[in-house]
Amino acid sequence: MSLSLQQRLNKRSRSRVGRERTNWWATGILGICALAVLAPLFVTVSMAFKSAKQAVDGKAFSLPKPFSIEGFTAAWNLVNFPRAFTISLVITLVAVLGAVLVASMASYAIHRNWSKRFYRFSFYYLLGAMFLPFPVLALSQVKLTGLFGLDNPAGVAILHVMFGLSFNVLLFTSFLRGLPGELEESARIDGASNWTTYWRIIFPLLAPMSATVAIFAFLSSWNDFMMPSLIIAEQADQTLPVVQQLFQTQFSNNYHVSFASYLMAMAPSVVAYLFTQRWVMSGLTQGAVKS
Amino acid sequence: MTLTAPAKPSSGKKHAAPAQPVKRQRIDATYFGFLVPALICFTIAIAVPAIMGIFFSFTDSVGFGDYNIIGLANYAALFTDPAIIGAYSFTIGFALVTVVLTNALAFLLAVGLTAQIRARVALRTIFVMPMVISGIVIAYVFNFLFSNTLPTVGEHLGIEVLKSSLLSNPDLAWLSIVIVTAWQAIPSAMLIYIAGLMAIPYDLYEASSLDGASAIGQLMHVTLPLIVGYIGINVIIGFKNFLGAYDIIVGLTNGGPGVKTRSIAMTIFTGFERGDYAYQMANATVFFIISLIIALLQLRLTNKGQAK
Repeated sequence: MSLSLQQRLNKRSRSRVGRERTNWWATGILGICALAVLAPLFVTVSMAFKSAKQAVDGKAFSLPKPFSIEGFTAAWNLVNFPRAFTISLVITLVAVLGAVLVASMASYAIHRNWSKRFYRFSFYYLLGAMFLPFPVLALSQVKLTGLFGLDNPAGVAILHVMFGLSFNVLLFTSFLRGLPGELEESARIDGASNWTTYWRIIFPLLAPMSATVAIFAFLSSWNDFMMPSLIIAEQADQTLPVVQQLFQTQFSNNYHVSFASYLMAMAPSVVAYLFTQRWVMSGLTQGAVKS
Repeated sequence: MTLTAPAKPSSGKKHAAPAQPVKRQRIDATYFGFLVPALICFTIAIAVPAIMGIFFSFTDSVGFGDYNIIGLANYAALFTDPAIIGAYSFTIGFALVTVVLTNALAFLLAVGLTAQIRARVALRTIFVMPMVISGIVIAYVFNFLFSNTLPTVGEHLGIEVLKSSLLSNPDLAWLSIVIVTAWQAIPSAMLIYIAGLMAIPYDLYEASSLDGASAIGQLMHVTLPLIVGYIGINVIIGFKNFLGAYDIIVGLTNGGPGVKTRSIAMTIFTGFERGDYAYQMANATVFFIISLIIALLQLRLTNKGQAK
């Protein structure tokens, strides 16, 4: 997807070379629009590095002077950052691995056995939940997770995997249908078991789709607020986005502390995105178009 | 319900399979192992709560203890409850406005990003960034801007409306939610539009410019008609997502002032607090039916798009 997109752009710019020059108007307008995206992020960073004395005035766009990290040290302890971060990270890792492995295995089983009624039924059964928004199930799920002793981060991770399952199975099965069967056949002739065929042949072939699934699973799990805030009963076990609530009720005037905390909550996904930008972009486009 | 039906053939098939191995394919435990655990978890995590929800919506349960089946009474009460009507009209109105704003801006950005511009990669990287940021956290940042920075700007410019916080203005608080929601939702719509614009053959632009079409004329008569399917998909996806609005509202107004900006999801969650368990289950069921209708519309649109 991204390749053809990129190729097209390159092609287009080549074909236009000499006839049309850079559109400075468009560049300028887009630059101004980019400021609207960056402004709140700039405010977050600059507020976070202010000293307590300077932050009190609440001037959003002034630069930190002097540069101070006291907000970070305070926020680190106040929200127990290491704990919240670790809990968020573990939930997200389980959700991403679960999304890729559970959905690809289920999809492979369904794809291979499409002629059997049970697998066909299962496919439509899983798909049926694609349109169920979380608020619809929330009340019952809170009750059930409490009953099963899963009103904790483990429960949230499981629910994240299960909520993504419908859409991910749809993505994987449609991708599997487009794969050539020869590799798989030759593996079978060589006596590979079903598991070996899946793990050695199919799973690597699924890589591009797995990347898309993983990116979406990462973003929706890492940034989720609704589900952990309702499911996790113990306040000390809350995830990074949820613990930010603390600053709405207490410490509401220590802007440097709250913004340092917001920045620490945002930074991991933004930094991860910037480093994997190219690769993520193709995954996002693919997922966005398919959804 | 049809949801539980597939579970039965599974056990039936399992036992029946050895009796009919002649049918070319031998039954394989690996495939079962791949699928069945996922099906069981899915049933407990998704299907059971869904059925529970629908069942309890016909009762007077408060979330625990005894309950009686009371038929459609909860539903009848829903349609005359000002809190529910308020939440539905707020959420639907907010979703409509946000869909229009998001798509208009996303489309223009996509057109800009596929034009002959400088710093394309850098700009695109910036525009996609809101997509990776947590909704609640960015809402808290905007909360600060709306309640501290904007009033200061209002003081300086002498604009009366802006002098007090936008978030506590009963008539305009919704606008803050629209702005932040659009800020975050634009990237994914924009990526879809970019993909759509990339799919338009360049020859069409060459031909129309030979015929003397202006840039605006090309936009209206070449780009728009060819991208109309993508607009449909974006509008439906956006509308569906905005109807479920929660995080950003919690971060900005928390439903206030009063209950002016309380969304459907927020009313459903009050079922925990006030013993409205069964009543809010009925609310959730109505919300589900609405989501389902939108989803079916989306499916129809997507299929149409593929058929073309």
